[in-house]
Amino acid sequence: MTLLKSLMGAAAAMALSAGAALAEPALIFDLGGKFDKSFNEAAFTGAQRWADETGGSFREIELQSEAQREQALRRFAEAGANPIITMGFAMADPLSNVAPDYPDTKFVVVDVTWIKGDNIRQLGFAEHEGSYLVGMLAAMASKSGTVGFIGGMDVPLIRHFGCGYAQGVKAVNPDAKIIANMTGTTPAAWNDPVKGSELTKAQISQGADVIYAAAGGTGVGVLQTAADEGILSIGVDSNQNHLHPGKVLTSMLKRVDVAVYDAMKAGNDVEPGVFVLGLAEDGVGYALDDNNAALITPEMKAAADSARDKIISGDIKVTSYYENDSCPVLDF
Amino acid sequence: MMDLMTLIPVLDSTIRLSTPLLLACLAGLFSERAGVFDIGLEGKMLMAAFFSAAIASVTGSVWLGLLAGIASSMVLAGLHGLASITFRGNQLISGVAINFLAAGITVLIAQHWFHQGGRTPSLIGAGRFSPIELPLAGPLSGVPVLGPVYSDLLSGHSVLVYIAFLAVPATWWVLYRTRFGLRLRAVGENPAAVDTSGVSVVGMRYAAVAICGLLCGIAGAYLATALQAGFVKDMTAGRGFIALAALIFAKWRPWHAMWACLLFGFLQAVALRYQNIDIGGVVIPVQVMDALPYILTVVILAGFVGKAIPPRAGGEPYVKER
Repeated sequence: MTLLKSLMGAAAAMALSAGAALAEPALIFDLGGKFDKSFNEAAFTGAQRWADETGGSFREIELQSEAQREQALRRFAEAGANPIITMGFAMADPLSNVAPDYPDTKFVVVDVTWIKGDNIRQLGFAEHEGSYLVGMLAAMASKSGTVGFIGGMDVPLIRHFGCGYAQGVKAVNPDAKIIANMTGTTPAAWNDPVKGSELTKAQISQGADVIYAAAGGTGVGVLQTAADEGILSIGVDSNQNHLHPGKVLTSMLKRVDVAVYDAMKAGNDVEPGVFVLGLAEDGVGYALDDNNAALITPEMKAAADSARDKIISGDIKVTSYYENDSCPVLDF
Repeated sequence: MMDLMTLIPVLDSTIRLSTPLLLACLAGLFSERAGVFDIGLEGKMLMAAFFSAAIASVTGSVWLGLLAGIASSMVLAGLHGLASITFRGNQLISGVAINFLAAGITVLIAQHWFHQGGRTPSLIGAGRFSPIELPLAGPLSGVPVLGPVYSDLLSGHSVLVYIAFLAVPATWWVLYRTRFGLRLRAVGENPAAVDTSGVSVVGMRYAAVAICGLLCGIAGAYLATALQAGFVKDMTAGRGFIALAALIFAKWRPWHAMWACLLFGFLQAVALRYQNIDIGGVVIPVQVMDALPYILTVVILAGFVGKAIPPRAGGEPYVKER
């Protein structure tokens, strides 16, 4: 009993001191880890940019297991962190359990758009629109007419990526063949570069000469093998063009960094609700820098940019995998 | 029906995927034949994968990386020996501890050294094992059937692959044709008899555990510096456990170990290439292929296909006087 009392006292003291100081934002990385060169790293980049610009600091945790999700949320909420930014679709259930208990805390979740809560800012990305553009670039860069897609864990989100990509490929070359593989069905599929390499080799042997990897850490193996074997690859989430300069055609950018930066900048005033960031909001796009300038010809750039404008204006409709859980042009 | 041109890439992939399994399996074979169970194969491979990639990246020499990988794996093997041979601790628990230790410490050191989030920088040039062409691979590739098999399937792997497959006859020869091998097997079956004849049981077991460390070291280095170009956290992805399953499947015999590893590698290669296999209208999902090595091992252990009898003194620390 005395132990419980002292614990509660300590918690109360922490809550008070946290209330007195300016609330720090907190960032919870998903299982892929902070430095996955992709999704989570983009969040870290955005947070770091906020910290550098404002001189502020933020709390962070890298989840190691599923069981830690709710625990991490509650610990940050108890400690008075605000807003609490979480990464990944798997946070949906823990967050909908925890958020009602802390009505004064603002939560931000990336890749979740379907839960209820007045204090949650839910950010979705129109990945299919960005993937459509890199699909077009892939089809234009491909000489064999066969392109590949390698997903990480087989979840609807990754199929969503693949579906947009396939539509982009077909828009340029209706006869193109698309080979799509998933690395696995467990979270280990985000961190198995050896399997990524083997899948890449398998797709190359089936004729693929441009391969788009949406697979977290597994994608490192895909990009490496593609570079070794002399074909082109497409990175995802962060700009991965620099990993193998001249060998990575482009990267599908998902501006998680901007989303996290904006949320931290807004601080306690972050606006709750559901937001989907697409091409129009610059939430997604494709990367063009010195590393891939020679690979993207002016014609390719013009075609992609005009498709971008048409998607924004609504002249081109990219079908989302979520609409009826299937893809019109690709069977998984 | 699969024709040769679709079969060869699958078999090529089988060889690449089997090699780490085979090395780890032979490592376990030496250790377990001497009576020291080792479920720390995974941890030793992971440790070696990290140190080989780290040293190769710092020095630019893959051979120094290989040596560092082997050394780090042997340190862990020594730790296992110390716990389970000298201090007579529980061999399984020591193995589990080694797996946890390796999973944590590799990422910790990697982050401290390279600040890239628990990974090593990508290896370039001489920092990696490159494929070697077997002699006459080019001119012979035109020969029907045998040509592609030789030039595409057997040639063009890294040197560690050939080492792994040469280790199979070497293991057989050491175990069954040398005095050392006879004593090693005897230590695993009846250590008291070996002790009576004046041979050090502890010495033999340490030797076996050291060989185990050496082979696991090569396996880890193969993953990080030949298959991949750097270390990523948890990159062994359960291969140490599949190797253990292969060892049981092979009933602790070297040639059978090779076939078991090739079979398990083949299952992985097929699972990667064909997501869902349609056999006569019945669709086999990819998860079944991934689980098949374990299912087969359980079948063997249950005694449906012959009987798997482990070395009799396996798992028992040797106590000289009771």
